[in-house]
This record gives sequence, structure tokens and C-alpha cells, in this order.
Amino acid sequence: MANIKVDGKEIEIPDHYTLLQACEEAGAEVPRFCFHERLSIAGNCRMCLVEVKGGPPKPAASCAMNVRDLRPGPEGQLPEVFTNTPMVKKAREGVMEFLLINHPLDCPICDQGGECDLQDQAMAFGMDSSRFAENKRAVEDKYIGPLVKTIMNRCIHCTRCVRFTTEVAGISELGLIGRGEDAEITTYLEHAMSSELQGNVIDLCPVGALTSRPYAFQARPWELGKTESIDVMDACGSAIRVDTRGREVMRIMPRINEAINEEWISDKTRFVWDGLRTQRLDRPYVRVDGRLRPATWPEAFATIAAAVGKTSADRIGAIAGDLATVEEMYALKTLMTSLGSTNIDCRQDAAAIDPSKGRASYLFNPTIEGIEDADAILIIGANPRYEASVLNARIRKRWRMGDLPIGVIGENVDLRYAYEHLGTGPETLKELADGSIKFLSKLKRAKRPMIIVGQGALARKDGAAVLAHAARLADTVKATAGGWNGFAVLHTAASRVGGLDLGFVPRKGGLDAAAMLTDLDVLFLLGADELPFDRKTAGFTVYIGSHGDNGAHHADVILPGATYTEKSGTYVNTEGRVQMANRAGFAPGEAKEDWAILRALSDALGARLPFDSLPQLRAALYADHPHFAEIDEIAAADAGVIATLGAKPGRIGKSPFASPVKDFYLTNPIARASAVMAECSALAKNAAPIAAE
Amino acid sequence: MLEDKDRIFTNIYGRHDLSLQGARSRGHWDGTDTLIGKGREWIISEMKASGLRGRGGAGFPTGLKWSFMPKESDGRPHYLVVNADESEPGTCKDREILRHDPHTLIEGCVIAGFAMGAHVAYIYVRGEFMREREALQRAIDECYDAGLLGRNNSCGWDMEIYVHHGAGAYICGEETALLESLEGKKGQPRLKPPFPANVGLYGCPTTVNNVESIAVAPTILRRGASWFSSFGRENNKGTKLFCVSGHVNAPATFEEAMSVPFRELIDRHCGGIRGGWDNLLAVIPGGSSVPVVPAEQIIDTPMDFDSLRDLKSGLGTAAVIVMDRSTDIVKAIWRLSAFYKHESCGQCTPCREGTGWMMRVMERMVKGNAQKREIDMLFDVTKQIEGHTICALGDAAAWPIQGLIRHFRPEIESRIDAYTRNAVQSRNAALEAAE
Repeated sequence: MANIKVDGKEIEIPDHYTLLQACEEAGAEVPRFCFHERLSIAGNCRMCLVEVKGGPPKPAASCAMNVRDLRPGPEGQLPEVFTNTPMVKKAREGVMEFLLINHPLDCPICDQGGECDLQDQAMAFGMDSSRFAENKRAVEDKYIGPLVKTIMNRCIHCTRCVRFTTEVAGISELGLIGRGEDAEITTYLEHAMSSELQGNVIDLCPVGALTSRPYAFQARPWELGKTESIDVMDACGSAIRVDTRGREVMRIMPRINEAINEEWISDKTRFVWDGLRTQRLDRPYVRVDGRLRPATWPEAFATIAAAVGKTSADRIGAIAGDLATVEEMYALKTLMTSLGSTNIDCRQDAAAIDPSKGRASYLFNPTIEGIEDADAILIIGANPRYEASVLNARIRKRWRMGDLPIGVIGENVDLRYAYEHLGTGPETLKELADGSIKFLSKLKRAKRPMIIVGQGALARKDGAAVLAHAARLADTVKATAGGWNGFAVLHTAASRVGGLDLGFVPRKGGLDAAAMLTDLDVLFLLGADELPFDRKTAGFTVYIGSHGDNGAHHADVILPGATYTEKSGTYVNTEGRVQMANRAGFAPGEAKEDWAILRALSDALGARLPFDSLPQLRAALYADHPHFAEIDEIAAADAGVIATLGAKPGRIGKSPFASPVKDFYLTNPIARASAVMAECSALAKNAAPIAAE
Repeated sequence: MLEDKDRIFTNIYGRHDLSLQGARSRGHWDGTDTLIGKGREWIISEMKASGLRGRGGAGFPTGLKWSFMPKESDGRPHYLVVNADESEPGTCKDREILRHDPHTLIEGCVIAGFAMGAHVAYIYVRGEFMREREALQRAIDECYDAGLLGRNNSCGWDMEIYVHHGAGAYICGEETALLESLEGKKGQPRLKPPFPANVGLYGCPTTVNNVESIAVAPTILRRGASWFSSFGRENNKGTKLFCVSGHVNAPATFEEAMSVPFRELIDRHCGGIRGGWDNLLAVIPGGSSVPVVPAEQIIDTPMDFDSLRDLKSGLGTAAVIVMDRSTDIVKAIWRLSAFYKHESCGQCTPCREGTGWMMRVMERMVKGNAQKREIDMLFDVTKQIEGHTICALGDAAAWPIQGLIRHFRPEIESRIDAYTRNAVQSRNAALEAAE
């Protein structure tokens, strides 16, 4: 700890702090453009200048100077820093003037207007008029991809975008070329950036040089309603803010959550919002003579009741999709139970996870923040770059700190960090466990090894055996010892852990998803669109969901539901963290929140659910499963089950692991409805052959 | 005046044998092993006692700089980097050393390397210096062949010297930008602290010295600190290479004792001012980046760091640019502004944006197409750049204009007046014609 005086106020701070942090700590506001907490220090905007007593007679860049670099006074007085002296005021005004002389005066048509650092700081720290009588610089706009729009006249060369892409995203596709006045940010040959995190440069850009292309000229920030919520595009549960105007979602922004996404979100999370408007189911449909016809709610319910009435309880089943909330799965499970059916499943991909083996057997136990503590990582059958982009950024962050051996069993793809490719299939896992691959010693030597098991390793015939082998390996390398649980299952579906926690899996004698698809008379699909529908032979199918996607195409009755931005619901992320998504707008047309549909349906089926409102539903849910009430918490899972899980591994197959995410941009019905995601997907497909040439 | 026997650079004009044998015959490489045998402490204290101030422009005491290097290595290698990226307009001293007296530099590298515990020296040669680099490389090869460099050499200190050829950017003469460039990155200055003596080339302790500072070291050590400090005034000791260019009868690069009055310097070495002393308008005494000094102030000033600082200018690299009364002084300074605008690296705001602004205002002032209030504004802009940037290029761009405004404001104003008068007259003429 160090003591210093800021503007005469004495404070005590850790000595690794920069002056900027020290000043913030003391309550003095320091303007900045290039400095960002999560990026390296560039010190190039010169906006954060402060006066240091006893230093050279010029202001110092507070972002780049360490508290420990300060010298005490001649008689041992505390080092002093000033942020409010005439020298500092003059310096700030000067720098601000320089930033503005070549900055266009197009705030009225700039998408950053209203949330622009330059605008705000010019108001707070700038001069009131301009002395610049020359022509302003003109810079050609660059193409850097379909997501990020550039208006390069506005660039103030803070290089945050360059530092983000090289440091966090792990691509060196963006850079500053040219010198002096002619310096320009570009992707050199004006290729599109290839990162799944590129959208974050929009938030990082302190001015309107990099803005969201799909959002361009759509809305002004002050006319948007802002709702804090949770993302469902992957199983990380990134914190987001949904900005709406009226009923429509205009954009999605990240919120800071150190435990999960820091302040990044993937492009799918950020740009999927146009998919919330298209392909929507806004009224019930009933299939008549092979064609889906619009119907009223009572007609739809009557049709379902008739179908259910014609069959027996064991011929009825329900499959929950990847975007379902805990509440609606709970309602569906309760409904199925009261109908007398045991056929329920939330594992569309047939992942071999059995929640009865204990909660630790299917959670990302070390937590996402815990990645930073890991000192060796083995990735089995996962491609975290596509399956959980922000989690992958965390692995990269840990890797950049140095001294982190990473091994991968699975596809040999670019993960944005260097790793040792050990093999592609389950035999490699076995070889690793019996010591014929050297990487084992690195895992054994590690104090906090981490074993990430992806759905690519579990959603296969020998999935249970692979999971058991991975668990045994975790036990061998002592990944679950001393308060550390390094056994990490990486999920890809936002609903999955919630469903497993609920026990939304076939109960005794029940059928699993694949069997239900072929064997049943009446099948309820709760937003389940990722099933192999070409194999479907089940009879009457009810689809409850938001988009006209695979599930709806194969349905006999469609009940229009709400998307994640249109309902309040609980999601449990891959770590087992319970989080609440909030409603930012209303579902279109006659669509309803899914739990309410199920409640109404239960009436029609003569098995009325025992709750009339969401609070009542939650009360019942919390009574059955108390841990869902602990929002933002991870209920402790017993690490002991890992050893039991690995006790008797079964036979493993030979086929190589393949990530379930074939196309990052098109993993769910909302993304498939999005034109922006379609464009990105096409671009990514074409980029691969170009790169290979 | 410096006598021939006291000259360090005895072959600065390349009239004698350039080879190692020739250098030896002039006393270089004499007893290098004995000097090294006297130990690091002795060398550094002798360098401190000599009063040698860095010859690259800032005038930081060289012995002190060497003493900043860690005494014991913490496992990281130490590096000596020689800054031969001599790009300051007006300066042409290092190139003479490189092409005509390279052995002084090479011997200096061995001794300086020993003094700071560095086994490797990089000499960063300016991109435009093709022949200079070849001459230097030839001399280094000779030394390797003669066993003066490399492992187990006859000097008693293993030393490898690599010549790196820059790409011709002025900013790469700034020590940290030079290190970046040497590492293969874009030549942009680093933030200080940490200073290179702690974290320099490849993150290792590094000292960056000017060519001349290193080249004079062996002779200083051979002849003793007291010999070197017998020249010049207190705090401005020694001999120095001056490069005089511009309106003198015989422009030249020559070695002279520090603190020689300007008049003596010009009369003795350069054959006087073109058109006589009354024709002298102004002098830029230390390369393009120091403020201009008007004739009456400089004529009897001793040419050294402190007395020129008192004139609000500086000795810089001792590149004396002499301008007589035929000079368009505003245009001359505008040209320097254009240079700095072109050479700004674009990393930090005040310099990136300010150099272009200053150049454009200056461009108008050359013609007189400006308002008188803009003179004050321009001065204020230079003050907004000075001291607010990462490196000293911002200061260097600001100072010439400050010097101009400080001393030649009436000249700028009269131009503005003339331009306005002409504009009014021509407008009146046009109106009359229209009637």
C-alpha cells in the first residue's frame, strides 16, 4: 500500500495502481480516451494529464504513471498529485482542442451522439469555441466487416480497437498504418475481421468512428428503454442490456459482469436482435388437411385436447428446447406429471448427462472467473471459440498471463491461443490417462488443472463413457482436490443446466428425446428446433415457440410464444449460476409468455396447473428446488461425485470428437431468422477458402 | 582554438588511411585492454569527471547515464545501442564519424559495453546512410578479423557489434522509438517510465547513446578526464563536432572546444558570414529543433549548452544553421514545421494534430494571409504541444515557431499588413474596373 495526496486529500491505495486509478479512488474525475481497464496502456490520447508535485514542470499522463514512480517531497512529505490546477485545466483544454480540430461536426447525424465520450468530455473539459480556421482532415471510410461500420473522419486514434483485437480477441487484423496526421485505422487490405468478438470494438470506440452497422441510423440512445437481462445465445449467460423503442428491440449491449463476460459479448449476442422481428409466430396455427391454418387460441387448445384425449399417458411426451426458461420447463414438467407421463427430456442433442449422478457432474465447476486461476487446461471435444466465445476470451486472457499449458483433444482449429493438439478422439483420452502422452505430466504438475469437456464429447453414443473417462482423468491429476474443482462441462444451450437441475429428463421408464421423436402419439415441443426432424414419426405434435423454424414446420398445432427479451425467466448458465432475464418488450400479435400458454393449455387438458401468476409459479418452483431462488449465485456442488462418476468407465468408440456448433452464427431459431447472422455466416464460410489459398 | 594535437577525430575529412592500420597509426585502439583492465568503476568515474554531456542533443551527462545500468545482471543481458539515426536537419557530424573515423566508434562500443556489462551493441544507422553503413561495416569486419571484436578478443571483453539499417524515419532517432524499430515494430516512442536502463531493448537493461558520445570515450579515457575537461566552461566541458551550414563562406564540420564564441567559430572555420557580419540575420544554433536566435544576441555568445539555454535556445547537436538577411525567415521556419508535420509518428494527440495545424497557419503567414491575432494563437498552440507529448518531437516542433514569434514578430506582422493592403487595393481596383 502507498499513501499519496490527490488534490490535497490523503488516500491509501495499493502501490501497483496508476495515478489515474488513484485519482478515481480519491474521487477526482480524470478524463480519458485511450485508457481502458481491460486493455494495455497506450498513453497516447494525452487527455488524462495531471500535475505531479516535484516532477518535471510539465503535466504527466496519469494512465501511464505508477503510484510507485512518485517521489516523496524533500522532507519526506507524501507525493502529491493535482487534477484541478490551472496547468491541468490548460492541458486538458489543449488536448481537447487538438482532438476536435480534425473531428467532424456531424454529431447530429452520428450514431454515437448522446453516448459519445468525446462529446461528453468536450462539454466538461473543453473550450467553448474553436480557433481552427483550416480545412478539416478527410479520411476514407474502411470496410472492416458487415457488423462494424466505420466513419474514419471521426477517429481520434486512441487505438483501443487495435489493442482489443490483438489482446482480447486474438486477431491481428486491425492496425494503425501511416504516420502523423495521415495515420489511419484499417484492416490493411479491407478484409472483414474474423473474430466472433469484433462487435465489442463498437463499445470501446470512444467516438463514432466504429459504430454498429445494423443499428446505423435506427435510433437515438436517449429514446431507448433499457432493460438489464441475460443472454441465451450460449450457455455462458452473459450480462446484457436490451435497448428497446416501443415494442421493438433496437440493439443489445453488454453489461459488466466480472464473473462471466467481463464487459465483452459475442457478435451473436450483440447482433441477433433483427432475428427477434422476423419469422415470428404471432398467432396460433392448426394443421388442417396437411396445411397450417391460422386459428384462435380456443380452437388450438381444443385440437390439442382432442389429440391428448385419444391416447394414453405413456404415449405423450415433451421436449424442451435450448432457449427455454426454468419456469416454463417447470410448468411443462408439472403438466406432464399430472397427465401421468414420464417422457420428458431437455437434451435435444442426446448428450449423455445424467443429473442423478450429482450436480458437479454436469457443471463448469471451476467457474469462468476461475479460469484465471487454472495452471493447466485440457479441452476435450469442445471448440470454446464457437461454443462460448466470451469464455474462450477468458482462456486467452489466462494464456496471455503466461505459463499455461493447454491441450486439446478434438478438432484442430484456431482457438486464438496456442495449444498442444493431442489427438482427435476418445482413444487419445485413454492414452493420455494411461500416461502414453506426455501432457499428463503437465496436468499432474499443475496445482489447479482444469479439464473442459464439451458437448462434442458427450452428445454421442459413447458419451457416458467419455464423460466417465474424463472424470477419472480429473481424479488422476487431482483436479478436484483442495477446494479446487477443475472438472468443467461446457454446455452450449442456455436452458440445459436449468433443465438438468429441474430433472427435466426421462423418469423411470420414460423415453428420451430421440425415442420420443419416433414413438409417441402426442409430442410437445417447447421451442425445440434442433432435433433430427427428418427421423420424426411421432404423431400429433404441438410446437410452443417464437419462430417459424424447424419445430414449427413439423407441428400440427403451433402456439406462439415469447423470446428471451419478451419474458421474465430464470436461466442457469454452464457454471450453475442462476440468473434472471427480464422482459424488455412484449411478444408480437397474439403470442404469449410460454408459462402462461402452458397454464392455459393445462386447463384445456383438464389438468390445471396450481398457479395463476408468475410469482405463484416461482413460489412453487422455489419450494421444490430452493437453489433457483438464489439469483446470481452458484449453489455448491459436491466435488466428490467426480470420483464416483469415473469409477467404472464403459467402452469408448473410435470416431473423432466434433463440436456441435457447425456454424457459429446459426445455432438457434432467433439467429437463423436474423439477416445479419446469415450474412456473417456466409462471410465466414467464404473466408475459410480464401485463408487456405 | 583547439590545437591539432587535441583533436579526437583526426580523420574527420577522410584524408588519411581509413583502415584499421590507419586508425592505429593515429592512436586509436591503443591500449584498449589496459583501459578495460582498470575496471568498470574507474571508467564510469572517469567519464563522470570528464564532464562529457551527451552529444545527441539533450546534453545528459554520459557518465551518469552509464552508471544507471544495473551493476549486476539479474539474468537478463545488457545491451548497448548506438544511435546513428542522425536525421536532425542541419546535423552532419555522425555521418562523418561513420564514414571516415569509424574506429573511434567501434573502440568506444567495446569500452562502453564493458562499462555497462553489455556484450552486444547495436548500431542503428539512419536509412539514408548507405555508404556510411558500408564504411562502418567494413571497419567492423576489419576489427573482427584483427581479433578486436567477438569472443575472446584481444581487448579482454567479449563484444559483438551489429549494424542495423533503419528505414529513414526521423522519429526513430528518439531513443525508445529506436528500440521499437530495432525490435522490428513500428517506430513509435514508448512511455517512460520505465526507462531503457531498466526495461529497454527486448525488455532488457539498455543504454542508448549518440555516436559522438561513444566515439569520444576511448580518447577521453586514454588522455584522462582532466585533459578533456580542460576545454570549455564549467558544466560544458570538452571538445565537440560542430556542423555549420547556411550562409557562411565555407560551410564545414569541424571539431572545436566547447564555449568558443560564435564569432570566433565562424571566422576561424567558415570564412565568415556571407556578405559580412552586418549581413547576419539569425542563427539556429543546434539543429532544426531549437529556437532561432537573432544575430545581435548570438554573435558574442559562447557556443555551449548553458549560454544558449540562457538565450532560450539550445546547443542541441551543435548543428549551426546560419541565415543572412536574404533569408525569408518565416518561410524557413515554415519549412521546419512542414518537416515536423511529415515526421510526426501520429501516436499521441498534440503532436499528431498540432504539427499539421501549425504548419498550415505558418503557410498562411509566409504569404501574410493571416490575422495578427493568429500570431498569439499560434504561440498558444505551440505551448499546448510543448510538454504534453510522449516524446520530445512535440517540443521540437514547437520551439522553432516559438523562437520565430519571440524574435521576428514584426516581420510576420508587416507581411500581414502588406498582404491586407494589397488585397484591399486589388479589390478596389476590381471595383473600379467594374464601375
